[in-house]
Amino acid sequence: MKQRAITVLNALAVFAALVVVWQLILWIFHVPPFMLPSPWAVVRAVGARFPSLLNALSITAEESAGGLVASVVVGVLVALLFAQSRWVRKMLYPYTLLLQTVPIIAIAPLILMWVGAGIPAVTLIAFIISVAPIIANTTQGLISVDENLVHLFLMHNASRAQVLFKLRLPHAVPALFVGIRIASGIAVIGAITGELFAGSSHVGEGGLGYSILYASSQLQTDYEFALVLAATVLGFGFLFLVMFLEWYFLHRWHESARAPEAE
Amino acid sequence: MNAAAGVPEIVIERVTKQYGNAHAVLESIDLVVAKQEFISIIGPSGCGKSTILKLIAGLAVPTSGTIQVDGMTPQNARETISFVFQDATLLPWRTVKQNIGLGLELERVPSDRREKEIAALLDLVGLTKVAKSYPRELSGGMRMRVSIARALATNPRLMLLDEPFAALDEMSRDRLNEEILRLRSEQNWTAVFVTHSVSEAVFLSDRIVVLAPNPGRVHAEFRVELPVPRTSAIRNSPDFDAIVARVSHTLRETLQQ
Repeated sequence: MKQRAITVLNALAVFAALVVVWQLILWIFHVPPFMLPSPWAVVRAVGARFPSLLNALSITAEESAGGLVASVVVGVLVALLFAQSRWVRKMLYPYTLLLQTVPIIAIAPLILMWVGAGIPAVTLIAFIISVAPIIANTTQGLISVDENLVHLFLMHNASRAQVLFKLRLPHAVPALFVGIRIASGIAVIGAITGELFAGSSHVGEGGLGYSILYASSQLQTDYEFALVLAATVLGFGFLFLVMFLEWYFLHRWHESARAPEAE
Repeated sequence: MNAAAGVPEIVIERVTKQYGNAHAVLESIDLVVAKQEFISIIGPSGCGKSTILKLIAGLAVPTSGTIQVDGMTPQNARETISFVFQDATLLPWRTVKQNIGLGLELERVPSDRREKEIAALLDLVGLTKVAKSYPRELSGGMRMRVSIARALATNPRLMLLDEPFAALDEMSRDRLNEEILRLRSEQNWTAVFVTHSVSEAVFLSDRIVVLAPNPGRVHAEFRVELPVPRTSAIRNSPDFDAIVARVSHTLRETLQQ
């Protein structure tokens, strides 16, 4: 507990130092506010435009969460399919790599054309970009079961379904959570990037990515900073939520989840 | 020796096992195990001890020769066989109780009957206090007890044990050896026990089969004529030492070829 308090204090001290450096740069170099607003101006922007900030945040949160949940559902289903045979894996696995390497910016116009701008399009982008780590990690978890455990199940004439749901799937849960942790960050980034292209169905209203673009075009740099701050908060929020769920489901039996402060 | 001695539980005839085109792991093994007999298989590394157990369990298929368990093929006899692995091989996400109940669950035994069986087994192996603990909270010896209780849960007629106590310290090992004998005297199963330890084999067995390596084959057999029931005191008797010395000597022979 004391250890954790020190960690928090350290982080706060670094943050305070950064703010001081930021303010010093403004004073020394006389940077105009539309290029770099002061920390205080950003705080004021948060206060003044809190409702629209919150609105943008909630839109992006909805898209990222939707994309992430879809990734978990689809990713686990695909992994269950991959676990069925080496042959299926060899044939289909390269396509999951494709998902991971396709430049989302390049396919965004296509998605825009197919789905139309707005929340569904961005959710789809968040899903496409975050599903690969879930497929990869869950598949690995499903197939890396100790051979003796499989033999044990065979000795009791276990069915294929019993081996899958009573052995492979629970064994894969820690690996699944590693995948979700990676995917949660990517989903938020994907949603914000997606919003830059497909963020809004009517002008002036959209998630964080769209609002950043909009604020930038209006030279509202202080508000832009506030939006970036909100995006960071969202990313952290997702990560902490996933880490809490991981701890909640695994701490009783799995080593990795025993000491969250070790992260 | 037990009353039912003589009726065969396992009949292995001219069994050879080869993986791919590599040299044979086992060559021309003939072995008959009587019902309710306790035999140990002992031999240097690479003599195919564990492979014999896998063949009897039907987890591997012989390249040539036949194996019958209780007059059936190993696969068909599986319901009557339990396997205890080298590591405890527990499911870490299940409590002790849920681990012991695994076999019953897989064989779709109704949950009320399952609960009763589990409670009796917990009592039998002295684990009632840790019924709700997870495997990682237990010592190596306790985990092995869970593994044995799980094997006994399905009421086996044949127990196959693959170096179950190899990773334990000597004290836990001796205690579990005594417990294995107690459990067997209550339940009368047949046992095939693979081990590296001569004294363990002598203490437990009615008969010891010594294998020689490259390729694995039967080198010698010993009948252990020590009185039953055996208690820990027997380990200090001159008869016990004499048999251990004879088996150890034979085991060394297999390495000098």
